Amino acid sequence: MSVNPFATVRETVNTSPSVSDEVKTTTCYMCACRCGIRVHLKDGDVRYIEGNPDHPVNKGVLCAKGSAGIMQHYSPARLTRPLMRTGPRGSGEFRPISWDQALKMATAWLSDVRKTDPRRLAFFTGRDQSQALTGFWASQFGTPNHAAHGGFCSVNMAAAGLYTIGGSFWEFGEPDWENTRCFVMFGVAEDHDSNPIKAGLGTLKTRGARFISINPVKTGYSAIADEWIGIRPGTDGVLIGALIHELLRADRIDLAYLVSYTNAPWLVIQDPGAPDHGLFARDDEGRPLAWDSDARATVPASGTGFRPALVGLQTLPDGREAAPVFHLMASRYLDECHGPDAAESVCGVPAARIRALASELAHHAFEHPVTLDVPWTDWAGRRHETMTGRPVSMHAMRGISAHSNGFQTCRALHLLQMLLGTIDTPGGFRYKPPFPKPAPPPLKPAGKTGEVEAGRPMPGPPLGFPVGPEDLLVNDDGSPRRIDRAYSWEAPMSAHGLMHLVIGNAARGDPYPIDTLFMYMANMSWNSSMNVPGTIEQLTAWDDEAGEYRIPRIIYSDAYFSEMVPYADLILPDTTYLERWDCISLLDRPICDANGVADSIRQPVVSPRRDVRPFQDVLIDLGARLGLPAFVDEEGGPRYPGGYADYLVNHERTPGVGPLAGFRGPDGTGEGKGAVNPDQLERYIENGCFWRHELAPEERYFKHANRAYLEKAVSLGLIGSPEPITLQIYVEALQRFRLAADGHGPVQPPDIHRDRVRTYFDPLPFWYTPFEEDALDTAEFPMHAITQRPMAMYHSWGSQNAWLRQIHGQNRLYMNRSRAGELGIADDDWVRVTSHHGSIKVQVRLMEGVNSDTVWTWNAIGKRKGAWNLSPRAPEASRGFLLNHVISDLLPERETGYRYANTDPVTGQAAWFDLRVRIERVGEDRPGETTEPQFHRLDPIWTVPRGDAVLRTVVQGGQER
Amino acid sequence: MTALPASPTGRRLGLVIDLDICVGCHACAVNCKEWNFGGHSGPLTDWNSFSGTEDRGGEDAGAWGVWFNRVHTFEVGDGPDSRTVHFPRSCLHCEDAACVTVCPTGASYKREEDGIVLVNADTCIGCKLCSWACPYGAREYDHADGVMKKCTLCIDRIYNENLDEVDRVPACVSTCPASARHFGDLGDPDSAVSVLVSERGGYDLMPELGYRPTNKYLPPRPRRDCADNEEVPVSLADLADRDDPEIGSGLLRWVDAVLSR
Amino acid sequence: MHPALSVIIFTTASGAGYGLLALSGLFAAVDWLPRDGSAGGWAIGSALVLVTGGLLASTAHLGRPERAWRALSQWRTSWLSREGLLALASYVPALVFLAGWLLPEAVPWGPWGLLAAVAALLTVYATGKIYATLTPIPAWNNGLVVPGYLVLGGLGGMQILSLIMAATDHYHERFGWIVLLFATCAALVKHGYWRDIARTRSETGSATATGLGAGGERVRLLDAPHTTDNFVMREMGYRIARRHATRLRQICTSTLFAVPAMLALVSTLIDNWFGLVVTTALATASVAIGTLIERWLFFAEARHVVTAYYGSETV
Ligand SMILES: Nc1nc2c(c(=O)[nH]1)N[C@H]1C(S)=C(S)[C@@H](COP(=O)(O)OP(=O)(O)OC[C@H]3O[C@@H](n4cnc5c(=O)[nH]c(N)nc54)[C@H](O)[C@@H]3O)O[C@H]1N2
Ligand SMILES: Nc1nc2c(c(=O)[nH]1)N[C@H]1C(S)=C(S)[C@@H](COP(=O)(O)OP(=O)(O)OC[C@H]3O[C@@H](n4cnc5c(=O)[nH]c(N)nc54)[C@H](O)[C@@H]3O)O[C@H]1N2
Ligand code: SF4
Ligand code: SF4
Ligand code: SF4
Ligand code: SF4
Ligand code: SF4
Ligand SMILES: [Mo]
Repeated sequence: MSVNPFATVRETVNTSPSVSDEVKTTTCYMCACRCGIRVHLKDGDVRYIEGNPDHPVNKGVLCAKGSAGIMQHYSPARLTRPLMRTGPRGSGEFRPISWDQALKMATAWLSDVRKTDPRRLAFFTGRDQSQALTGFWASQFGTPNHAAHGGFCSVNMAAAGLYTIGGSFWEFGEPDWENTRCFVMFGVAEDHDSNPIKAGLGTLKTRGARFISINPVKTGYSAIADEWIGIRPGTDGVLIGALIHELLRADRIDLAYLVSYTNAPWLVIQDPGAPDHGLFARDDEGRPLAWDSDARATVPASGTGFRPALVGLQTLPDGREAAPVFHLMASRYLDECHGPDAAESVCGVPAARIRALASELAHHAFEHPVTLDVPWTDWAGRRHETMTGRPVSMHAMRGISAHSNGFQTCRALHLLQMLLGTIDTPGGFRYKPPFPKPAPPPLKPAGKTGEVEAGRPMPGPPLGFPVGPEDLLVNDDGSPRRIDRAYSWEAPMSAHGLMHLVIGNAARGDPYPIDTLFMYMANMSWNSSMNVPGTIEQLTAWDDEAGEYRIPRIIYSDAYFSEMVPYADLILPDTTYLERWDCISLLDRPICDANGVADSIRQPVVSPRRDVRPFQDVLIDLGARLGLPAFVDEEGGPRYPGGYADYLVNHERTPGVGPLAGFRGPDGTGEGKGAVNPDQLERYIENGCFWRHELAPEERYFKHANRAYLEKAVSLGLIGSPEPITLQIYVEALQRFRLAADGHGPVQPPDIHRDRVRTYFDPLPFWYTPFEEDALDTAEFPMHAITQRPMAMYHSWGSQNAWLRQIHGQNRLYMNRSRAGELGIADDDWVRVTSHHGSIKVQVRLMEGVNSDTVWTWNAIGKRKGAWNLSPRAPEASRGFLLNHVISDLLPERETGYRYANTDPVTGQAAWFDLRVRIERVGEDRPGETTEPQFHRLDPIWTVPRGDAVLRTVVQGGQER
Repeated sequence: MTALPASPTGRRLGLVIDLDICVGCHACAVNCKEWNFGGHSGPLTDWNSFSGTEDRGGEDAGAWGVWFNRVHTFEVGDGPDSRTVHFPRSCLHCEDAACVTVCPTGASYKREEDGIVLVNADTCIGCKLCSWACPYGAREYDHADGVMKKCTLCIDRIYNENLDEVDRVPACVSTCPASARHFGDLGDPDSAVSVLVSERGGYDLMPELGYRPTNKYLPPRPRRDCADNEEVPVSLADLADRDDPEIGSGLLRWVDAVLSR
Repeated sequence: MHPALSVIIFTTASGAGYGLLALSGLFAAVDWLPRDGSAGGWAIGSALVLVTGGLLASTAHLGRPERAWRALSQWRTSWLSREGLLALASYVPALVFLAGWLLPEAVPWGPWGLLAAVAALLTVYATGKIYATLTPIPAWNNGLVVPGYLVLGGLGGMQILSLIMAATDHYHERFGWIVLLFATCAALVKHGYWRDIARTRSETGSATATGLGAGGERVRLLDAPHTTDNFVMREMGYRIARRHATRLRQICTSTLFAVPAMLALVSTLIDNWFGLVVTTALATASVAIGTLIERWLFFAEARHVVTAYYGSETV
């Protein structure tokens, strides 16, 4: 370089530097979206992660979290070795032990439980992407006490969908981004399909289609909507009801769709007081009946070629009366109490706007049908020359499901879609395989009396879909058989279990005490629990009589030093996502899209330099040590000595069906079903770590009634038989529970629950006031308080990430500016947020785009002092907060004196967004700029040293301690 | 040469950012950070990464560091009709880039061949004057290296022969999940980006300052209420009432509406 | 703008130094600088010490001080480069001037003093220009910035010169009058400047910064990109409370103008050595403090347009 001080030095830029010496594909796990990634390695270290352009989920893009994967992988919060608790729970005093010791200890504890009463093991997994394995393991162990996080996440959405249309929003379906003309989004901030939704919105807006967002808050996706409807939380059911009312009144509904694909014509017995009142009229073979208006007689509803009556009471062969489902539904919604004017007063959306919205939906659906020149054949063998659909699509998520009326609201939304004829038609909502499945899927939860025995596996999986009281997991006295009360009268259709109730129930010994709580990947002492202070107490509750904790043993697997770690007795440290095999299986939560069937794997792209093991390996090892039949071979040795990789290839759930659907059979050409292929993982890796079968154009729509698709689904092992799937406007299963509450049948709810079941198990969707609001004086708690997912942070686990924590290092309580003005609250003020359960002190930020009765904050930004190996002085702890502290796990006491869980009465979904609060400026009594409450700090335990505060290279620490 | 080049080629590479589509996900910002950490102007140092080492006014302000791209969120207007706009911001590779002309060392320069504004880390003295001269806050000083850094328009990607042709776009563009970011030659009126700019009314930030930014922003499209679509009746009431008053809007209307299954 | 200590010290010290140098050169030319004794030597020497100290302080602001010499290369375009060059260049006449002053037989100092004066004035002019040409900082991009630097440099230099003359017992009444003149000019320029920046509203604000306010709507920041401050905000986001600014301006007015002016008047009435030294020393201290505060305010009150991206609706 020139040393002449007057010379201008020109830079030579190397425009073609080498990027890496090796690129490996795998699957991102910075969140549950499961995008394909290419990991660039240099000298054995991770240098750069980018989206895999060939991958069906993300097609090359990456979100903020995915782009920060390096920082997570090298995070100083990583656990480094197995640990055994030595001090009191929560003290953080641990002793490192070897894996051998850890596994021996776990085996000893668990085999004890299994030999006596397997139910005394509660095995719950959080952000689990291997539920096909963990659920199977639980049922092999013999305990019904298993579930993942779905119960507190969005089971209302899943269950309502599966019981109604055999599919759901969630990540089970997607709008027809290419063809829709009008897309309506209810209560979505981010969702599991993170990147596909963003890509879809981009496509939609570029195409100039309409996008309407219904959400109390106008941020993120709602910000780019053409129209924002800032609804009052918990009232979407009313808005949807009014839309249905308007459409029915104007007869702007797709009758042909209803007749062809839904149970609208099915006859419902009208015989109040009878044990089968409200059930479908069936023939001798149990087939539901419809009324043939030409023949003036009942016919099997599944038949074709007749003209079913939709309204009018008909007389059944036994002389009783029956009404078509449509008749019952329409009579309900035509009532003026469902009209826009009535709705306005509840949901706050002006009646004129509701009317206009109904008109608009009808306009797009009926004036602009989309026709694709694709011939197809329906289930009855009739050929259609084109595929014609109604280009109105919808998507919804926790904004409607995380309320205590969420199940019925989600049902109402599906009803609206059915009326418009937009389910799996061009331009509408589309199923992603393996959905649709029969509504509901024919799978019952195991765990009844006689199904749980010492030393024996259960005959089936712990989770399923009850269709009547007989399927519940209750004792003769009606008390729950599961620790989380799933499938009891308090949550009969809790298809995903109720993980959020486990700790409280176990600590209270109600319904019974347990011995070991075994958890995986869930931060239960913090952001995934309601009533955090109470949960911490429950985890440390001591039983003086027994001289041990009320929950005697807690085994926990985490990869990082989360708030939960100090509360475990035995810690099984997991690897990071770049260090292990994983499987995103069709048996679990697959990565399919509406046009294709797909699954994928994660492969270890680097090996850990800590004494950690992949949890799945550990679980399989434990299974073998415990002698669980499916995990040992004939000689009693481990059946999968190669760990999870071995299991992925060689395990068969039923002959020919394993965790991975691609590259099956000896030559690797089998799809869906086929013999074990020892080279399967190699083939996945060669293919970019995923497999995808693209559906033929004729298979892509009307999947519930499309012969080619149904047959394809059977051949791939997605469903059992190619029967058409009838969409259920009227859910008979609900009526069965209601009949039991009315005193019919052998399995009836305890008296205390009768009213509740009778009221909420309405077979037709309806709206009711969320429980917390109903039980409280709303003048005392005038505001709704909700949370949203920040796009650049994943629950609690992004805060250890040096990059992501710069974006969300603390949170505020957002509040409507003019409302705040009325309350004398200015921007940046500190306020006290009080619920019926507790109070927190936080700082506000005022904004325009929020419903004036609503305050909100970003979810899971607040951290406990010292957790995540952050300095206890970190702003996440001193200025961040959780709403969870003021969300009660129990509802206010009922007249009966009983305190129900703060959940949906049908599914047990945690009602996070029912929270009601009062906001006041903090007075002189609480000065200071620190959020409250503060908990005692957690001291770091055997994590990677925090390292240099100045980050100049991505590879931090890596040293063991 | 610190003086601004008279571009002989007329090539002006830059970004076009669509504010109508941006959902504010920060993907572009983080991916930029990730690529550039090991890139031409890397590392993009971070400080106080896990807190506990920096005290600002008696408080730990948390981690902070060098980023070339940052995403802001604004609210425009008042009340329920206000709109929320996400707003990514990086170097605009200005034509009249004062960050270049103020630089005493020539470390800050604008490339003749494509208009990219870069900093030569070997000659920068870290006087920070260029950061004062940039109205857009695009310059990021790295205390650890003592030099100024900024968006390089991913100069080590867009020409990188070790990458596939399709990958030769800036990191922020290739990662944007919503496709709200476009890259191309804004000096060529026929390029896809120029066409986009003219079709959508792409505009300059702070035009009054005369920096003539290369990067353009596409405005959020005007909000359309359902009432704006004249084809759509404001309500379905007319349809409901046009029916036979006998039948009214009750169930009877469907008695004859029997369709074959 | 963040008031960086190194820059404040630099501009204050070197401003006064160049002022002193320029005045020494000019006074020498008109023979107001006493030829006998070391008074003139002290003046030129002090000027060089102040200038050098200031320049050294300024390197503390650099991330790579060892490369400072590279700053000479861009004199065609950069005022900072020009300032550096002029600063270095002014050493030549200044040193010759000093040498000639100390060894008049050996070195002919005649034109060098004037040359040094011109170089010094140009250097201060360049310093002022660095700020005055920064359009993103409306308070600096102001016609009174360069005069401000010049006149304050003159005041500081004149005050120091008075002190040296008093100390070496060469004080002359006219020094007092000149101080008074400078102080008056400084007061006029500075107050004019303050009135100016209070009056002129920049067109730039969150509306133009984002291009979103074309319809006349307010554009408010909802969320900054990060929850922590970055370099840009630490450097450019400094805000001073109006209350403090007003107080500091008052202090500035008294220390920079009122006190020196008054002491200058007093000095014309005193004729004992001790009294003169005390008054001029007090006045010098007052000007030094005043200038430091003025410089601090110059930064602290200046708002950079980039703040329009970080919450300021107007700049
Ligand atoms: N107020 C409020 N609370 C809520 C919600 C809300 O909307 N509002 N949402 C609820 C919902 S839907 C959910 S799903 C929950 C989520 O809450 P959690 O399921 O608790 O999710 P995370 O906080 O991400 O915690 C997961 C744990 O997994 C650990 N982990 C991360 N990677 C790995 C790994 O590779 N291996 C292992 N073994 N562990 C790992 C993390 O360190 C962390 O301790 O929060 C619920 N809580
Ligand atoms: N980046 C990121 N992505 C994630 C996660 C994450 O933590 N970070 N978590 C993942 C998980 S576990 C889940 S469950 C999904 C959840 O994905 P989302 O369902 O998008 O989850 P939330 O952020 O809870 O969003 C709830 C939205 O509903 C709105 N809302 C609240 N109450 C109501 C109401 O009554 N009516 C209406 N219409 N809207 C309402 C809120 O304002 C918010 O926008 O996201 C997944 N994806
Ligand atoms: S959405 Fe982001 S974090 Fe989630 S899997 Fe995809 S890239 Fe990873
Ligand atoms: S990645 Fe795209 S959508 Fe996300 S913030 Fe950046 S520009 Fe906006
Ligand atoms: S945006 Fe700023 S740094 Fe970039 S070229 Fe323009 S003035 Fe220079
Ligand atoms: S900081 Fe570096 S690039 Fe910026 S003006 Fe100074 S020398 Fe030039
Ligand atoms: S062009 Fe490259 S350096 Fe510039 S903002 Fe985008 S990713 Fe960052
Ligand atoms: Mo969730």
